[in-house]
Amino acid sequence: MNVILIAVCVLGLIGLASAVILFVVSHKFAVHEDPRIAQVGEVLPQANCGGCGYPGCSGFAAACVKAADGGSLEGKLCPVGGQPVMEQVASILGLAVEAAAPKVAVVRCNGTCENRPRQAQFDGARSCRVQQMTGMGETGCAYGCLGCGDCVAKCQFDALHMNPETGLPEVDEEKCTACGACAKACPRGIIEIRLKGPKGRRVVVLCNNKDKGAIANKACKASCIGCGKCVKTCEKFEAITLENNLAYIDAEKCKMCRKCEEACPKGAIHGFNFPPKKEKPATAEPQVEPEKEKQI
Amino acid sequence: MKPIISLSPHVHGGDSVSKNMYGVCIALVPALLASLWFFGLGAAIVLATSVLSCVFFEWAITKFLLKRPGCSICDGSAILTGLLLGFNLPSNLPIWLIIVGALVAIGIGKMTFGGLGQNPFNPALVGRVFLLISFPVQMTSWPVSGQLTAYTDAKTAATPLFIMQKAITDGEASVLSQLPDAKEMLIGQTGGSLGEVSALLLLLGCAFMLWRKIITWHIPVSILGTVAIFSGIMHIVNPIYAMPHVVLMSGGLILGACFMATDYVTSPMTSKGQLIYGVCIGLLTVIIRNWGAYPEGMSFAILIMNAITPLINTYCKPERFGEVIRKEEKK
Amino acid sequence: MKTFKIGGVHPAENKLSAASPIREAALPKQAVFSMFQHIGAPAKPVVQKGDEVKVGTLLAEAGGFVSAPIHSSVSGKVSKVDVALDASGTRRMAVYVDVEGDEWEESIDRSTTLVKLSDRPDLDSKTIVEKIKNAGIVGMGGATFPCHVKLSPPPGCKAECVIINAVECEPYLTADHRLMLEHPEEILVGLQLIMKAVDVQKGYIGIENNKPDAIALMTEKAKNYEGIEVVPLKVKYPQGGEKQLIDAVIGRQVPAPPAIPINVGAVVQNVGTAFAIYQAVMKNKPLIDRIITVTGKSVKQPSNLLARLGTPFQQLIDECGGLPEDTGKIIGGGPMMGKALLSLDVPMTKGSSGLLIMNDKEARRTEPSPCIRCAKCVSACPMGLEPYLLSKQSKLEDWEGAEKNDITSCIECGSCQFTCPSHRPLLDMIRVGKSTVMGIIKSRAASR
Repeated sequence: MNVILIAVCVLGLIGLASAVILFVVSHKFAVHEDPRIAQVGEVLPQANCGGCGYPGCSGFAAACVKAADGGSLEGKLCPVGGQPVMEQVASILGLAVEAAAPKVAVVRCNGTCENRPRQAQFDGARSCRVQQMTGMGETGCAYGCLGCGDCVAKCQFDALHMNPETGLPEVDEEKCTACGACAKACPRGIIEIRLKGPKGRRVVVLCNNKDKGAIANKACKASCIGCGKCVKTCEKFEAITLENNLAYIDAEKCKMCRKCEEACPKGAIHGFNFPPKKEKPATAEPQVEPEKEKQI
Repeated sequence: MKPIISLSPHVHGGDSVSKNMYGVCIALVPALLASLWFFGLGAAIVLATSVLSCVFFEWAITKFLLKRPGCSICDGSAILTGLLLGFNLPSNLPIWLIIVGALVAIGIGKMTFGGLGQNPFNPALVGRVFLLISFPVQMTSWPVSGQLTAYTDAKTAATPLFIMQKAITDGEASVLSQLPDAKEMLIGQTGGSLGEVSALLLLLGCAFMLWRKIITWHIPVSILGTVAIFSGIMHIVNPIYAMPHVVLMSGGLILGACFMATDYVTSPMTSKGQLIYGVCIGLLTVIIRNWGAYPEGMSFAILIMNAITPLINTYCKPERFGEVIRKEEKK
Repeated sequence: MKTFKIGGVHPAENKLSAASPIREAALPKQAVFSMFQHIGAPAKPVVQKGDEVKVGTLLAEAGGFVSAPIHSSVSGKVSKVDVALDASGTRRMAVYVDVEGDEWEESIDRSTTLVKLSDRPDLDSKTIVEKIKNAGIVGMGGATFPCHVKLSPPPGCKAECVIINAVECEPYLTADHRLMLEHPEEILVGLQLIMKAVDVQKGYIGIENNKPDAIALMTEKAKNYEGIEVVPLKVKYPQGGEKQLIDAVIGRQVPAPPAIPINVGAVVQNVGTAFAIYQAVMKNKPLIDRIITVTGKSVKQPSNLLARLGTPFQQLIDECGGLPEDTGKIIGGGPMMGKALLSLDVPMTKGSSGLLIMNDKEARRTEPSPCIRCAKCVSACPMGLEPYLLSKQSKLEDWEGAEKNDITSCIECGSCQFTCPSHRPLLDMIRVGKSTVMGIIKSRAASR
């Protein structure tokens, strides 16, 4: 009897002491966090991709709350959740959010195996960054895709795949969240995060070559040689600029007339997602999609 | 001509994984012949079963479970695991037990972690310790050498390790007089597992590996040295503990020190780390042998230190070039 | 025998051209002078299309303190100033000169008579460095660091000795070996000039003992020169690395970057540089030619050529029996640290110590297999690093971890990859990590 009593008392005392310690510690060392951070965090996709420029979703949530205290959510965008998520975030923080146009990754190189003949064979770690250190790489183009797939490895959304036929990465527009990880991974800065455009339509110069015309022409059949014909056709809208022997189309100014596409002597300008022209009766898109799936 | 481009270096020394693995296998050949000489048929059955089943499991797991292309058995690591596992078994072990041991060694010890280079523990030892714990009777009855045609029906007898443990539990130093003499233990006419019989031939194999630069001296020397010193002190303090030279030549100590503890994958990367690792294995072995429940502590000691290897790798950095001067400057 | 203390490997020597005397290569039809022949700021062209130049005429001036001027090695007319593919594998600015005749600037003394230091009492440290600077001399071992920078120690540092790097630890290359056999006195006078420039009394010449004839000859000749000692060294790669050589010769270890050799009191110059310094100071000849080893197992006549800078590699290989059929890789430099070239249409530069042709079979790397943690890379690393770890951290983009493990100390000698039994591309990945970490450190320093 006595033994039981002692045991109960001792255990009771230990329990009491622990409770007191826990109470004191939890109050003394409590970390005060804005409850809104957790609320914002809940609506975020939790992909932790870093596409927003912050370390993971919780970092982005904290940044949003801080920015909201400043009165505006300007410049904050979760590329994965896009507009709907940002609206939710804004409503939690009691703000309105301006509409941001959706973006997509664009591989600005059309140097397929056919267009751009290989001059050398790269042997070493399969990494674009390693190949970049050898100089020009396998082809005569010092600006084009190296084809080792550093961007593909970085994509968390399964939106980039190497096409073994062309040797170039292809963007799956449905899956791409424009987080920008691929653009950062590319040692040659070929991938651009660009406005998706109305109905996904956009006109892009699919080349990154800044060499003089003669060299660029020799290196690749589909290269921009900086002739400036597209700039002339676009005089009205001034959407195309020519810098370092390379044409660039400003997506915000582009009116999708596609005249530059016709004007380009090298076929370096491409329109995406436009309805097919009369010469080709079959629709291009449904054909492309199943093919892509097969390759995956 | 399309020239090949790559970053330097453009030449290679010609070393390869298989060269190293087969090098260890060659180093084991003298001890293998000795085991055949002393245990005859039993040794042949045990070793053949062990090697073949290890190779089979490696092949089957790579092909059907991991579905990796290519053949990983050509690198010789499965053969080596099989050989080492066989060397750790008594010559009268039934075939099915050996196969179970090989499955555990390759399947659990190696392939679950991703295959060669990824395993934290020495696969052969994982197999052996699994068998030792699960089937203690079969794993601790050691046949007497010289029964060339016997297999599971071989007569068994106490091994030196058993005698040493009995001396400690009885507290009688006189029990140690039953131990075979040193010359016999060196050449190997004592009972024990296949690879333990001849200390001399194992050391010969170790010398071969050192000469071929497959291993460095750090691990074997630190283990053997620690065991010799530690058990020597124990013997002086209390004569119920066996003499150091007997401790060194008994059981799997030399096999473990030269062939198991030096396993590339599971041992530390720097020479400093290797010395720490070796000293700890030596201490643990003597502790387990003298105060543990099992007469043999080598395998447990190595496995324990395998677990600590990543920690050693994190804290034991090689001496950087210019470090000496950097330290002097700080002072 | 002396050598450095940590790591090192023993590649097969393959010194095929060791017995072939230096011969002069023919003049090229067109010489191309890259503006990027040295480490540091590129040179700035001072000539224009159509300008007439002679041998020794200044083509481009130094683009900064860490930079070097470039002189024409041929006489003729500047045909254009445009980009050209160079040994780095990229197109960069260069001056093209169409060769006509072989007319030299009059100031250059073309005689072969030896001018000793005692013949020129007028030379003081300042003039010597100035002459070296104006002659455009850079480190000829391959690093191409502008020479005058090394001879102008930063304030607070005092050189105690000069070490001449005559190790030539790269397999195949024999240019330095032949130079020592054929011009020993000029090298010794060159060393005396360097010693005078940095005001020290002690000079060492480190030679690996796979060149016993050179050791014997240099030791014999050095007897007449005060304070110069020939140090035979045990053969081990990378002994020609500046830090390794200092460790081997005087037993001092240069601390991790940003420390430089002068911090331990040593100035290291290549033996080719010493020869070039002799020519620049005593003969007024700017750096316009150098000795290059053209070699390879399939090359018909492996030779040591004295060739003018700007000569295309194609012509050099033609002089040695043409490009072999089974060529797989063309390497500018040695097999351990040289650069694989995209084509033979690349001009020779100040740092071209060799042209190595590897056949297809030996040029291909073996498919890598998983790391077995054998630690052979750790024991081979001459800088005491852990290549397996650095390569893994670079692959996982753990830049912080790589920095903590001293990735910036890597000298890219390739010993780790050479020794790896799993044939892993260790150095490929370490280079990625090193350049990224250097960038991070730089931007961190800039933001402070």
